[in-house]
Amino acid sequence: MGMTITEKILAAHAGLERVEPGDLINAKVDIALGNDITAPISINQFRKIGAKKVFDKSRVILVPDHFVPNKDIKSAMQAKMLRDFAKEQELTYFFDAGEMGVEHALLPEKGLVLPGDLVIGADSHTCTYGGLGAFATGMGSTDLAATMITGETWLKVPEAMKFIYKGELNPWVEGKDLILYAIGDIGVDGALYKSMEFTGPVIEKLGIAGRLTIANMAIEAGAKNGIIAPDDITEAYVSERAVREYSFLTSDEDANYAEMKEYDVSNIEPQVAFPHRPENTKGISEVGEITIDQVVVGSCTNGRIEDIRSAAAVIKGKKVAQGVRLIVIPATPYAYRTALTEGLFDIFLDAGAIISPPTCGPCLGGHMGILAEGERAVATTNRNFVGRMGHPESEVYLANPAVAAASAVLGKIGGPDEVLK
Amino acid sequence: MKITGNVWKFGDDIDTDLIIPARYLNTSDPGELAKHCMEDADPEFSGKVAQGDVIVADKNFGCGSSREHAPIAIKAAGVSCVIASSFARIFYRNAFNMGLPILECENADGFRTGDKLSVDFDTGEIILLEAGKSYSTKPIPPFMQELVRSGGLMKYIEKRIQ
Repeated sequence: MGMTITEKILAAHAGLERVEPGDLINAKVDIALGNDITAPISINQFRKIGAKKVFDKSRVILVPDHFVPNKDIKSAMQAKMLRDFAKEQELTYFFDAGEMGVEHALLPEKGLVLPGDLVIGADSHTCTYGGLGAFATGMGSTDLAATMITGETWLKVPEAMKFIYKGELNPWVEGKDLILYAIGDIGVDGALYKSMEFTGPVIEKLGIAGRLTIANMAIEAGAKNGIIAPDDITEAYVSERAVREYSFLTSDEDANYAEMKEYDVSNIEPQVAFPHRPENTKGISEVGEITIDQVVVGSCTNGRIEDIRSAAAVIKGKKVAQGVRLIVIPATPYAYRTALTEGLFDIFLDAGAIISPPTCGPCLGGHMGILAEGERAVATTNRNFVGRMGHPESEVYLANPAVAAASAVLGKIGGPDEVLK
Repeated sequence: MKITGNVWKFGDDIDTDLIIPARYLNTSDPGELAKHCMEDADPEFSGKVAQGDVIVADKNFGCGSSREHAPIAIKAAGVSCVIASSFARIFYRNAFNMGLPILECENADGFRTGDKLSVDFDTGEIILLEAGKSYSTKPIPPFMQELVRSGGLMKYIEKRIQ
């Protein structure tokens, strides 16, 4: 019996020939990551048990991105804890102020997470890096603290689910729609404890941004990780930015999958996930009349330059509808600068949008675009839980950047074709 | 290890934003977090819950973010145990790391707010005291119970180092 890519990465990091689903392993960690919400707890734990040094100062990465630029005094104190700790531990990679980006958009861009890696992060969307062919999973702050000290973590080898995407993509269908469609199919616990492996001719043609978006939302189906086998597209992306060696692993043909799902993407139109679960998906043609108050384009799911370009292409020459607030948040300094130099900021500003510095901000109801009671938003983010973007009586609809931009122009949820006709 | 407490019942997919909304994550102080525990699911919860009470929920409890603030808030609110039909995996791990025992029980959907129950973590037996009904669940393995008894993963590691 062969192994899946996930099993191969786990075996390699546990020093084992092979692993099987259900095996408990102790594995070496390539990168351990924390942010301004989760790392303060880890740092306190680290200090409390008298640890002196992190296991490797180039492999513990801290990114204050959630409530930064500091939204209040308490948030400033949390960000300062990271800053002080990074200085004390002489961390090679600490991204502050003008270098800061949304962690899961930033690390791939910087070549810090690579194919074949085992990455743990105290943030649930750490699974994003599976888009590069890494095993990456979110954990809590205490697990991060233990790994910061030992460079290791214990893991249960997950069962695997295989998703095969075939057929021709419809216009305006992006990585976001492919993952929302799968979550709509299997539900928010459809991959609980499992590994989601995304394959097929559609995935093989998809760019890195779309792949990262897909892996990013594996957690929204309860998965331990999402993963896409690395290929020439991956090589072209990582070879020009990698800070370390990396390895390409792929699943064997006779690898074991607990479940397989096959989708013909010619049946998939742009998706919208209705409140309050990412599984409440509908095709854009089935949405009906839903007026909106706010649109957010950004986040670790869809804040990369490709996403900003996609939104700009739809909104170019148009105006944001009266009474709608469009907030555009390029996720990294690179995405921000590129959008600026490509003239995309002019497009957004002419349309009446607000442009925010990189931050997780409104995605988790932190700051920079909180919803009032009864308000509705379309967001390119990843969660539409109760109160996720503000008041418990507000609503979030998840969509791709092109649909989000079109909705901003229409003042209601709608697709790009309605705007560009 | 055994506990007895009153049930607070919740439904499917109780996510971490319901357990502790992100607007309170500018602190990790357990007492502060406890004040807002389950706030967006039941705004009065923190005022009603008593020391030793038990949260019971249906499937996929704790889905969403990796915030350890979720089990911290629940534990600091006085809750002695969470029972659910199934748990999201990061929450499962975090709960034990924080020293909050949790049990998967497929009959959890039959429990109601106000029920009184006892849990024996060694055997995995849950007893609904008034109805006199007993439910068997997979017991918590000894080393995970040790995590809980030690007060969480870091205290457990600290003890092993010494």
